[in-house]
Amino acid sequence: MTGTKASIRRMKDLPSTHLLGTGTPMCAGCGGLQALHEIYDILGEKTVFVNAAGCMTLLSVYPFTPFRGSWLYTAMASSPAGAQGIRDALDILRERGELPAEEDLQVVVLTGDGAAYGMGLSATSGAMERDLDFIYICYDNEGYGNTGQQYSGATPHAAKTATSRGAHGFAGYKKDLFSIWAAHRPAYVGTVIGAEPLDLAHKIETVKQLRGPRMIIALAPCPTGWDYDPGESVNIGRLAVRTGIWPLKEYIDGKVVHTRIPRGRLPVEEYLKTQGRFAHLFAPQRDDALLAELQARVDAYWDGVTS
Amino acid sequence: MSRTLLTGNVSAAWGARLAGVDYVPAFPITPQTEIIETLAGWIDSGEMAGRLVTLESEHSMITAAGGAATTGVRVFSATSSQGLLYAMEMLYTVAGWRTPFVLVNVSRGLSAPITLESDHNDIMAARDCGFLQIHCASCQEVLDSTLLAYRLAEDTRVRLPVIVNLDGFYLSFTREPVEIPAADAAAGFVGDFDPQNARFRASTPESQAVAVLGGSPYSYFRYETHLASLNGLSVYDEISAEFSATFGRNHPAVEAYRTGDADYLFVMLGSFATKAREAVDRLRDAGWSIGLLRPRLLRPFPEESLRRLLAGRRGVAVIDQNLSMGKGGVLHGELLGALYGHPQAPPVVASFIGGLGGRDISAEEFYEMAQTLRQAADTGRTPPPRLLYTRDELREIRKLQAVAHQEREELHR
Repeated sequence: MTGTKASIRRMKDLPSTHLLGTGTPMCAGCGGLQALHEIYDILGEKTVFVNAAGCMTLLSVYPFTPFRGSWLYTAMASSPAGAQGIRDALDILRERGELPAEEDLQVVVLTGDGAAYGMGLSATSGAMERDLDFIYICYDNEGYGNTGQQYSGATPHAAKTATSRGAHGFAGYKKDLFSIWAAHRPAYVGTVIGAEPLDLAHKIETVKQLRGPRMIIALAPCPTGWDYDPGESVNIGRLAVRTGIWPLKEYIDGKVVHTRIPRGRLPVEEYLKTQGRFAHLFAPQRDDALLAELQARVDAYWDGVTS
Repeated sequence: MSRTLLTGNVSAAWGARLAGVDYVPAFPITPQTEIIETLAGWIDSGEMAGRLVTLESEHSMITAAGGAATTGVRVFSATSSQGLLYAMEMLYTVAGWRTPFVLVNVSRGLSAPITLESDHNDIMAARDCGFLQIHCASCQEVLDSTLLAYRLAEDTRVRLPVIVNLDGFYLSFTREPVEIPAADAAAGFVGDFDPQNARFRASTPESQAVAVLGGSPYSYFRYETHLASLNGLSVYDEISAEFSATFGRNHPAVEAYRTGDADYLFVMLGSFATKAREAVDRLRDAGWSIGLLRPRLLRPFPEESLRRLLAGRRGVAVIDQNLSMGKGGVLHGELLGALYGHPQAPPVVASFIGGLGGRDISAEEFYEMAQTLRQAADTGRTPPPRLLYTRDELREIRKLQAVAHQEREELHR
């Protein structure tokens, strides 16, 4: 990144006042909501969130909203297009002198992985190719969570979901959305997780100072979808990073840089065994072959990482 | 006043230009493309202010249109056929947002089989979404209706998006003499866009289009949208009267042609109604007491006007350029719904389907429909719905089928 100075260096530099209201209908321990809290604290209230169908559609239910800024619910496939309309309209009003700078807003798309990895990918690609000045936040809980965790394009190999209950779980592999987005050469792509708030804060600070398409994928540990106790969300989030399952990285100035290279990576099973969706890998018998395959995939990824 | 030869598409573009639109989210589809090409050309050359952005689909195009309108700028867009259906989810959605903007639809038959030519199944599919609908029969009407549509959409009693419909090819690519209103007169008529509370500003945060829980709030907002659409009837009468006073062209919600003393009436939408008009003239020459009704507004549906204009007739022939599979003509059903139980309702309301996928309706067919209608009125028996198709056409399709069979046999030999 070029020339921006991070004001957040340590945990105690993180914002102490929190902007997102409480009492939302999100599940206890929602990793997506945790990430959104942290992101919103930094983005602030001069924002309009453009939402696609997903869990977080229920954040704003008439007549309440936890946002201090603005909100527009669109549909599952086209929230980046909604952002396009809003951004263009704000620009038109700015050019005509009808919208003073202090009244302008950051346009922020907020979708789950169902929209981001699948139905909304075309609209997202279009927004990036048009160099839309917006921020996209995907909370990725690796399945169609709001409908009961059916598998999506973001579901990892072997995970049991409501539509992959067989002995070996989901047969497919998690789509590499980071690379798909980065291939569009947008201003920014970053992965974050709520359990690593300092890394997240650095990235959102960076994003805030850039223009153009700025894309964020937040891995969102999901107690109901992944089958674990809500109290474990932060622990599982940290394990996702320390086992190397969830690489923290960013694409900026045409290069991919890992912001955290886990030293002495923990075995992936330390992460997998915390969640009911992977329980069939350990009981009634250990599935050594599948565990080895999952470990090998993560190892292969990190073997290719130089920066 | 001088008139210029314009296609229906360029007339629509002129309507948008004269309405002073700020924003045009676009996506090309035949036969609509000339509209967005014309607007893009004017914007590129600086003849017209505004911004045109091509989205990657009609679904996104309507989302962007709604997003911009909720932010407080005047929006225009255009599509056709498959594009209108691809956008269908968002048509319902942005109408629910109560965003006032104008969408031109260039009617074209729906797949399958895929075709480029005109009929009304596309626009009928959008019948229930909350957009108001104005149906045009001439290029002049396309331009004028676009101006009327902004007044209608933005009126505080309505606040809903409006579709202006024109028939593909028959209007979209047909040049007719069109009077282009002076820019200041058009601007004076349309007025400035007052977004009211449809806006996003840092100092006045808004949550728009939020979810509801339960049927009660849902019903409330849906009823409100319906009632706002119904308000469109009287609002339309007001603004079309003002339009008539300003520009000298009258576009009532229902056009009545030679209906005064008519025993029989054709009822049709869109440009094919001009064929019916011609048939009425010829039938009148032959001594018939016949006329034509052409609803310009389909949503809101001008039920009272239609009831009044249809009262006491011997028979009515509704000619639908659409086909609801397993039911029949949509307009026919709509009209029966408006007439049923009213004491002066015509005893015979016959249904004819024609003009699908650009198929012509010939003068002879109009005469035949009139004959059928008179017979029905004489006997008091409504004929079964008729799908217009001639013996010659059937012979031609049999030839095509024979070729297809022959070619397949060759292949499998």
